[in-house]
Amino acid sequence: MLKIIFAVIGRDLKLAMRRQADIVSALFFFVIVVSLFPLGIGPEPDLLRKLAPGVLWVAALLATMLSLPRLFADDHRDGTLEQLALAPHPLGLVVTGKVIAHWLVSGLPLALIAPVLGVQFDLTGDGLFVLTAAILLGTPALSGIGAIGAALTLGLRGGGVLLSLLVLPLYIPVLIFGAGAVDATVSGLGGEGHLSLLAAMTFASLGFAPWASAAALKIALE
Amino acid sequence: MKDRFNLYRFASPATFYPLAGTLIPYFAAIAVLFGIAGLYLGMLVAPTDFQQGEGYRIIFIHVPASWMSMFIYLVMAFWAAIGLAFNTRLSGMMAQALAPTGALMAFLSLWTGALWGKPMWGTWWVWDARLTSELILLFLYIGYMALTAAIDDPRRADKAGGLLLLVGVVNIPIIYFSVKWWNTLHQGSSVNLTKSSMATTMLYGMLLMAMCFWMYSIAVALMRVRTIMLERERNADWVKAELAGDVQ
Amino acid sequence: MLEADNLECVRGERRLFAGLGFKLEAGELLYLQGRNGAGKTSLLRMIIGLLPPEAGEIRWKGQSIRRNSEDFRADLCYLGHLNAIKEELTPLENLLASAHLADEALSEDDALDALEQVGLAGREDLACKYLSQGQKRRVALARLVKERRPLWVLDEPFVALDVAAVDWLAGIISGHLQRGGLAVMTTHQLVAIPAGTVRELKLS
Repeated sequence: MLKIIFAVIGRDLKLAMRRQADIVSALFFFVIVVSLFPLGIGPEPDLLRKLAPGVLWVAALLATMLSLPRLFADDHRDGTLEQLALAPHPLGLVVTGKVIAHWLVSGLPLALIAPVLGVQFDLTGDGLFVLTAAILLGTPALSGIGAIGAALTLGLRGGGVLLSLLVLPLYIPVLIFGAGAVDATVSGLGGEGHLSLLAAMTFASLGFAPWASAAALKIALE
Repeated sequence: MKDRFNLYRFASPATFYPLAGTLIPYFAAIAVLFGIAGLYLGMLVAPTDFQQGEGYRIIFIHVPASWMSMFIYLVMAFWAAIGLAFNTRLSGMMAQALAPTGALMAFLSLWTGALWGKPMWGTWWVWDARLTSELILLFLYIGYMALTAAIDDPRRADKAGGLLLLVGVVNIPIIYFSVKWWNTLHQGSSVNLTKSSMATTMLYGMLLMAMCFWMYSIAVALMRVRTIMLERERNADWVKAELAGDVQ
Repeated sequence: MLEADNLECVRGERRLFAGLGFKLEAGELLYLQGRNGAGKTSLLRMIIGLLPPEAGEIRWKGQSIRRNSEDFRADLCYLGHLNAIKEELTPLENLLASAHLADEALSEDDALDALEQVGLAGREDLACKYLSQGQKRRVALARLVKERRPLWVLDEPFVALDVAAVDWLAGIISGHLQRGGLAVMTTHQLVAIPAGTVRELKLS
């Protein structure tokens, strides 16, 4: 069971490494969107500190959306998706591997660069740490839920826009608790509760989403 | 296969189409009766609220619309589950026929909520937990309709839409509680929608209006499902016979 | 081994076929024939279990393929009209990755040997995006060289191959049939397969 998951992760990471431009552009998209906000609302540190969690999280949602349409589309176009669906394992395991690989190339880089952007928004110490932890814990759920949308919109016209329409409402809980964790830390309430809820959402979505995505993929492959 | 046979026949469009046609006038008539009774109670009999004046009477539209918007989503998810489990054609059509009515109810609830909010809170929109959840519900309806509209093959549209509905139903409680929790954290409890002392006439009025909306939804959904059936099965013999009959 | 009963296929509003059945035993080859749009590819997709039939059932070793889908897929090798190779990977990596994901044991030596047989010796380490269409098709076909699963389902395997490659592929399929394998394929050009019993199924 783990073998197939690792095999898929290995293959997808290898492919991503040969197309590094995609990873880098999603990352720069994140950086640019976040950097635009101070220009739009002014440089007051107090205001920026208050906005930081929300801005960073919304930008993280959008950056994740950017890479989602290709999660299955490339494999669909060249026929490898059919082969994956015909492999003698449950398709849900294959999707689990793809979701983890997607997180490693989209969510993880966001979490690594988030502290730098947090500094731009005058976050300090604990706030920065919790911001990174929250993005680290929350983004796997984004990849998982996003996989369902990517599978449902596979091969449709206007798939990318449709995908955001389907997926963004489902991202709201992650946004609320992710930004809430940083908010609570900055205001001195402690963000542990939020972080554990985020972790719970991530585990729930990693358990549930791959199977829903697999069902959607089978519908798309008919 | 044997046990499925009956289900197929029962859910067959050719059998359901005339049945729906017979039922629609009854549901429409009941909706009108409940509507008259509910509006009479709500507008004329129910006492003027000592805090909110006459403006509160919009809840006779607002509350039933919110109830129906949530209820219709559940009914759609129910049809989706049946459709995915038994592969019946009718279930997907029912879900698709209900979606615009559900979206309309969600929109109505938001609109009347804004109309109510202006005199009560002095602003058209507040990020109240219920209003926010209702807005997200409207997004879910729109997402469902956009997805089914984007898929050309009706059977695939039914299945994909059904799956989305089931995912949505699992997520709705999570979304609702996170929004509620977010709201209490950010707003305190300065806004309280429900007045604890609701007059019984008000309650009856709302229930009557809810029945009216319910019957209306059924009637409209049946009309829409008949159209969907004709469109999808336009090459089937029974549709040709039906259309030929209409021309004469 | 492979049986189909009373299959019915509806795509969109059209009924492509109904009441279709066949039986295939070890060492036999089934040719699916018919004009474009007759439902050949749909039937293939039913046989591999991706498309549920409107009515009827397909059985492998007496078991419904939809109920025992994982056991069935462990016996199945499918080659579609898409090559199922990754442009960014080299032919060698492609072969190894697809074997790995399909849970097949394939050593690097075997893979190199297979690539040599399809005439790609010396190109093992070149990313597939630099290969020609014909060469990409050969990478896909190289999978069959070491393939020992009993049921092969091939969609238009001879398309875009030169004469020598057609003969080579016919030889590979004969070898498979001689080992007691089964094959189902669609094709426009009838290619003589030296070994095995050939059955034909015409879709109209």
